[in-house]
Amino acid sequence: MNSYETENFEKISKEIRKSIIEMVYNAKSGHPGGALSITDILTVLYFYELNVNVNNPKYENRDRLVLSKGHSSPALYAVLAEKGFFPKNDLKTFRKIDSYLQGHPDMNKVPGVDMSSGSLGQGLSVSNGMALGAKLDRKDYRVYCILGDGEIEEGQVWEAAMTASHYNLDNLCVIVDNNGLQIDGKTKDVMNSEPIDKKFEAFGFNVINIDGHNFEEIVNAFEKAKQTKERPTAIIAKTVKGKGISFMENEVSWHGKAPNDEQYNLAMNELN
Amino acid sequence: MNFLLNNDNKKSTRQSYGEALLEIGKKNENIVVLDADLSAATKTSLFAKEFPNRFFNMGIAEQDMIGTAAGLSTCGKIPFVSTFAVFGAGRVYDQIRNSVCYPNLNVKICVTHSGITVGEDGATHQMLEDINIMRGLPNMKVISPCDETEVKWAINEAVNINGPVYIRLGRSDTPKIYDENTKFEFGKAIQLGDGNDGTIFATGIMVAEALKAKEKLMTEGINIRVVDIHTIKPLDKELIIKCAKETKYLLSIEEHSVIGGLGTAISEVLCEYYPKKLVKMGIQDTFGKSGNAKELLKYFKLTDDDIINRLKKDII
Repeated sequence: MNSYETENFEKISKEIRKSIIEMVYNAKSGHPGGALSITDILTVLYFYELNVNVNNPKYENRDRLVLSKGHSSPALYAVLAEKGFFPKNDLKTFRKIDSYLQGHPDMNKVPGVDMSSGSLGQGLSVSNGMALGAKLDRKDYRVYCILGDGEIEEGQVWEAAMTASHYNLDNLCVIVDNNGLQIDGKTKDVMNSEPIDKKFEAFGFNVINIDGHNFEEIVNAFEKAKQTKERPTAIIAKTVKGKGISFMENEVSWHGKAPNDEQYNLAMNELN
Repeated sequence: MNFLLNNDNKKSTRQSYGEALLEIGKKNENIVVLDADLSAATKTSLFAKEFPNRFFNMGIAEQDMIGTAAGLSTCGKIPFVSTFAVFGAGRVYDQIRNSVCYPNLNVKICVTHSGITVGEDGATHQMLEDINIMRGLPNMKVISPCDETEVKWAINEAVNINGPVYIRLGRSDTPKIYDENTKFEFGKAIQLGDGNDGTIFATGIMVAEALKAKEKLMTEGINIRVVDIHTIKPLDKELIIKCAKETKYLLSIEEHSVIGGLGTAISEVLCEYYPKKLVKMGIQDTFGKSGNAKELLKYFKLTDDDIINRLKKDII
């Protein structure tokens, strides 16, 4: 990866962060913390990794992305708009009564969303189903699933991890957004989900630990995942909740609240 | 419509399901089947044997099974998901709600071992609340077939419907009621007989009990009609209202709790369109218990004689 690509990623992810702040500010609700922590990963996915077609969002051979931690919808909507799936201007309608941009992603309403999500713990099972579908049809698309490190406290995630491994789903790549925080506090205090890498290893995954804000590491991890045969990959991405906005970083209170006018201006100044 | 009530040709609806699934699997290669370590009991083993590549044993992990089926359906597959009703409706309610019904995905949930006729396994395995919770879900359709012919129709119909379908099947043998040429219509209940003394609304294996009661009552000069409500959602409002208008007495019977099931669904229609008393037979807000199926039907007062006693007590 050259410096031009890194610069380009940085530029795009900054735009996405601006969109996230604006969406949550306009909606007066939403989840900025976990959206900002997956922004850099989503940037690489949609502007480098995923084979998707903005003119034909349901294109049969597209790569799939399941945002299992559906409350991070602002990041997904922002990246989809940035990519051109729908007008960026529509982001202003997020969470409003007539908007197709629901609080949590709705696959039947939003172009580019491959699965509805919101109730935590369910996305990996769905991703497995998509990966099995590709195998059945002998298609070479890949499936990416973003989980939260709090979300993996849900037991269904581990049922699904067993399945991914049992069915040798090497076309599946799990990304765990390891920001260390959940609504009630630090993940290690609420319900310790660590060591995440060891857990996925024990379930038969190829595990890659990365810094989830280092573009080069993200790109390389996806490449290694593609080269891995016969087993699924789990990328454990160490991230910072609220990344990019100084007063939101590592602050649990920014899991699910909107900035006021002053905070909004501060955040936008930091991003400009 | 004519009926057979053939006791020489008894078969469980789960067995009929397994056979129907195998047949339709031969015709439609998009059909895939998922089971949670109960394929011998749910009879999906018949499909699994013939089409091992399109059968996924998900182990004892029902929540994951529902999600996996949802994912497969987004790729154009038509997943049939099977386990016991208690797990396939109760344990996975949130997965069905959020990963299947909300996105309106093409997943068919075909559960066996519904009701008390599960038998000896007892209360933990006897699902008596599934009609209630499944019919409350937007986009979900609920079918409760009564015999082999109706099961075959239901499975074919489920494939024609684009969206979630819940099909309720049983463990115990039940008489054949319809001949192979019977035409069924989704959402249209079937009126059996045209007596005006009373209507018995029944679903699933209770249709046979209702028909037996009808035949016994006929010898006493009481002429009732039986309405087989195979589709519980959407419900055949027109036929319910017609029967309420034409017959003196209304009774519903189901192998399910009287809270939220068939009787409740009929009450909702009557209350809104044609207020009239409905006697609801079923499980009276309690759990099941161990015993053989026949004993349990007697214990919970769900036999033809119980219907007759109840009807006579109320109208004679």
